[in-house]
Amino acid sequence: MAHILRGSSAIVGVGLAGCGEAHGRMPLDILAEATHNALDDAGLKLSDIDGIFTGSSYHFMPGLSTAEYLGIKPRYTDTTMVGGSSFVAHTLNAAMALKTGLCDVALICYGSNQRTAGGKLATMSEQQIYEAPYKPRYPISSYALAAARHMYEYGTTREQLADVAVAARQWAKLNPNAFARGDLSREDVLNSRMISDPISLLDCCLVTDGGGAVIMVSSERAKDFPKKPVYLLGTGTAQWHRQITQMPDLTTTAAVDSGKRAFAMAGLTKDDVDVVELYDAFTINTILFLEDLGFCTKGEGGAFVADGNIAPGGSLPVNTNGGGLSCVHPGMYGIFILIEAIQQLRGECGDRQIAGSEVALVNGNGGVLSSQVTSILGTEAVL
Amino acid sequence: MTETSTQHKNAGPDLTYQQYLQKDTLALPKCIECSKLHFYPRIVCPHCGSFNLEWKILSGKGEVYSTTTIRRKPERGGNYNVCLVTLDEGPRMMSRVDGIAAEDVEIGDKLIARIINNDGDCHVIFTPLQEV
Ligand SMILES: [Zn+2]
Repeated sequence: MAHILRGSSAIVGVGLAGCGEAHGRMPLDILAEATHNALDDAGLKLSDIDGIFTGSSYHFMPGLSTAEYLGIKPRYTDTTMVGGSSFVAHTLNAAMALKTGLCDVALICYGSNQRTAGGKLATMSEQQIYEAPYKPRYPISSYALAAARHMYEYGTTREQLADVAVAARQWAKLNPNAFARGDLSREDVLNSRMISDPISLLDCCLVTDGGGAVIMVSSERAKDFPKKPVYLLGTGTAQWHRQITQMPDLTTTAAVDSGKRAFAMAGLTKDDVDVVELYDAFTINTILFLEDLGFCTKGEGGAFVADGNIAPGGSLPVNTNGGGLSCVHPGMYGIFILIEAIQQLRGECGDRQIAGSEVALVNGNGGVLSSQVTSILGTEAVL
Repeated sequence: MTETSTQHKNAGPDLTYQQYLQKDTLALPKCIECSKLHFYPRIVCPHCGSFNLEWKILSGKGEVYSTTTIRRKPERGGNYNVCLVTLDEGPRMMSRVDGIAAEDVEIGDKLIARIINNDGDCHVIFTPLQEV
């Protein structure tokens, strides 16, 4: 029997704002503009929103700050904070709230001015007292340690890591809204400044501004909106640690569990997936998640991403907006992978459109490979 | 050696850990139920859920599980090492290998702990284990 939440809710509006540089604007300005765009997309008004799902590195009580700014009085507020994966997790919470009638119109939203505010990662995070004496660069060093271990155990190479960045750039070149669209070669990545071995500058995501908003309603209502609905077929969450020292095995993430849970709820397998959007804060992420979600076996991720296999024209379209590496990455990136997946399923992606996309997989990452949240989205054809 | 010292009776696990370090000793909680040790020190065994713990003094020996060189300009102090060390007794901790160049630290290197005490502010670093 299908899971009670499978296909019970649908996305009927998405909006982006301020992606790249949004000079002179505060995080909530950008969030509100993205919300405005999503409302236009859905043909709704602000006053229709009665459920808020948000997260922030700028606001201690982001649900309160966001609703206050927007001038709405939501019946239901959820600020589940699992780092950059939060917004993918919010799809599950929104689906539950919509199914149970706790709200009728759910807004998932985010905004950040990380780039124009000076590029520093805003954080309200407590210091990790057992790591701080050694001065790791947060979060880069944690990902570097994972990459180094993956290279040691499986022979993954810096060239293969570089190929992840090159593939992302090739997708970005097809996306007029991507921030970094210049030529990028494997050699460029290999020759970029080393930061925390084996992670060099071009193995790292961009630092941009940006906001995103997603509007969800119950599936019964979804066809009453102007755009083709995209259904939430399944979301699975998993977390195994907070600090990198506590990660049981640096080569395997909790996406093993979140992926299984999402596929189980959706009643689908990886072979049903047409397009894949992974949280690529660093090049190693893409390799780890492809393995952990079952697109290749453990240890084969390096070979899988090499030679354009995940680039335009390759066997599996991955990070079709250009990813956090080349499109947009304002501190927390989860909402942007969600929006790219939705736009692919709507067929709105222009030169980068994957023809005939019916099923998309999104994998959000939070902390230091800590929280993994996988969502499976689909068109009416797979409902 | 196992110790359940009355001296630490009212101290939480972090304070107890620090008090051992002050005495130039590396010790961690060991679970009386499942016999596993854990890092960082807690009042509950994260392996089995038991609250029945004792403190165990460690050998100080371990092995590099993963390593990174953090690049820093020479005028700002130069490159330095950050690594994860799997202790012989099981737990894994973040640390640094001193005594060799940051770039020369390799996964699998055998290490021995040394406690750095900066006016009572203690942390554990490692140096390469010299075979005797
Ligand atoms: Zn135990």
